Amino acid sequence: MERELEFEKPIAEMEKAIEKLKALAVDNKGDFFNQIAELERKCEERKEEIYDTLTPWQTVQVARHPRRPVLYDYISMIFTSFVELHGDRCYGDDHAMVGGFATLGTQKVMLIGHSKGKNVDENVKRNFGMARPEGYRKAIRLMRLAEKFNLPVVTFIDTAGAFPGLDAEERGQAEAIARNLTEMAKLEIPVVAIVTGEGGSGGALGIGVADVVLMLSNAVYSVISPEGCASILWRDAAYASNAAESLKITAKSLLSLGVIDEIIKEPAGGAHNNPAAAAEAVKAAILKHLKKLTTLSGQKLTARRFEKFSSMGKFTK
Amino acid sequence: MPWFIKTKSEREAKKKLKDDIWIQCQSCGAHVFRQDFTNNLNVCPKCDWHGKLTAYERIGMILDSGTFKEMFETIRPCDPLQFVDGKGPYSEKVETARAKTKLNESIVTGSGKINGLNVVMGVMDFRFLGGSLGSGTGEKILQAANYAYDNRVPCIIFSASGGARMHEGILSLMQMAKTCAGVARLDERKIPFISVLTDPTTGGVSASYAMVGDVNLAEPGALIGFAGRRVIEQTIKQKLPEDFQTAEFVKEHGFVDKIVHRKDLKETLFTILSYYNR
Repeated sequence: MERELEFEKPIAEMEKAIEKLKALAVDNKGDFFNQIAELERKCEERKEEIYDTLTPWQTVQVARHPRRPVLYDYISMIFTSFVELHGDRCYGDDHAMVGGFATLGTQKVMLIGHSKGKNVDENVKRNFGMARPEGYRKAIRLMRLAEKFNLPVVTFIDTAGAFPGLDAEERGQAEAIARNLTEMAKLEIPVVAIVTGEGGSGGALGIGVADVVLMLSNAVYSVISPEGCASILWRDAAYASNAAESLKITAKSLLSLGVIDEIIKEPAGGAHNNPAAAAEAVKAAILKHLKKLTTLSGQKLTARRFEKFSSMGKFTK
Repeated sequence: MPWFIKTKSEREAKKKLKDDIWIQCQSCGAHVFRQDFTNNLNVCPKCDWHGKLTAYERIGMILDSGTFKEMFETIRPCDPLQFVDGKGPYSEKVETARAKTKLNESIVTGSGKINGLNVVMGVMDFRFLGGSLGSGTGEKILQAANYAYDNRVPCIIFSASGGARMHEGILSLMQMAKTCAGVARLDERKIPFISVLTDPTTGGVSASYAMVGDVNLAEPGALIGFAGRRVIEQTIKQKLPEDFQTAEFVKEHGFVDKIVHRKDLKETLFTILSYYNR
């Protein structure tokens, strides 16, 4: 398996050694079985070790990994049915934001999420998962539809941020996000959000006002990209790793700050190393929380959500 | 020392004296008497450029004299992330800002009257860390909205902010959701929320409470937008139009109701609220 990230090199070397040994085992018909098993066990351990001690900046690299599962991967891996719905009824259809009716196990939901691509063509089509105002307006339209159909909403957050472009400004990027924040606060149905990769600022929060916010263990969620923060506060984007450290953007930090409710543990070596296992973990976590949330009345849900977001932040009185 | 050579301190004293008397308009470049500028509500008498106001100057201009009762004034930042950047710790920046502005946060909140009508008001002050949206700012806006909700009085927020406060990281981002949850609840009781966007209103503040007023007003020429000009130019690799992200541009695209000259702001707010028929 190709390993693009610097800190994954030790894993790559061990994997190469295992491959060689396996080849030898076949050629010589010798019994390397125990040796291979031992090496594989060590390799798994090393993966765990490396991934348990990633720095925030390394975590950013994992969260942006080109082979990290994207929304359509999750759709094909854990949702048994997906009826995609298009358009914001105002301007157009944003391919960076995808949504529709979906079934997870026996639970019917409205699924909405940022959609990144995995190759250049897909990414051009999906604008690298950076939605425009019509994306946010499509999202809120589908959430209202979910309310009418009495379906819980599940959102998948994975974006570098809302698209910063001339057209996006003209069509009211700020208003579109702001409107979602006020409207999501009022939804009388359960909302579960999962930060699966990059949680980029307002562009992430625009579909993130949820009753339960989950986060994959190598995902990040931040008010600004480490590069952006570094270029403003350090006057040099090269300080991105310092900024990543200071901004407290990892799942662990966010859990302790009370911003997220639970961390979904990724398989050893990150979600890109075993997408199926990551997807199963995501599925189990969503179903677990929906089971509880779907017993609550609409009024109870909005009251709880108001309390939840009212208590966000730390200050001196 | 010859009479024509001045020491550095003499030069500075003279410049200060000059600055005390004259002010140069940032828009048309005209030199105007500071007194004339101040008497004209910090608006250039030559070109109508709207300069910034402190929160208390704004309050004095909008509320009936003697009616302002400040609320939640003890709320201040606490450096939840122990944030340190290239120029030092956040906590020091907060202390510098507090000493300079005599404010505890980037917004002043309280109740008062506009031509006799009760309102609750929040006024952001750009001098305090660029009017950035910190946890304290968010809390004060939420409390102001809650006061409006509990007492059924209209809520008015004047924004002047570069956006989120990076030094508070994700907690700053969460203030967008928090403040929006606060003003969203006013719909339930049909309580008016008026947002006044002043120079500048950008980033996380424009993408939260500032853009979702039942009525959005803006001051002439104010910078209003989501992403920064430089970021957009770098992203799309093209020059942006001259009037891009001005109040007039934003109004033309349908996101503010009205651009109001500062001298008419109080009367406009009163007129709009006088149509509130509940």
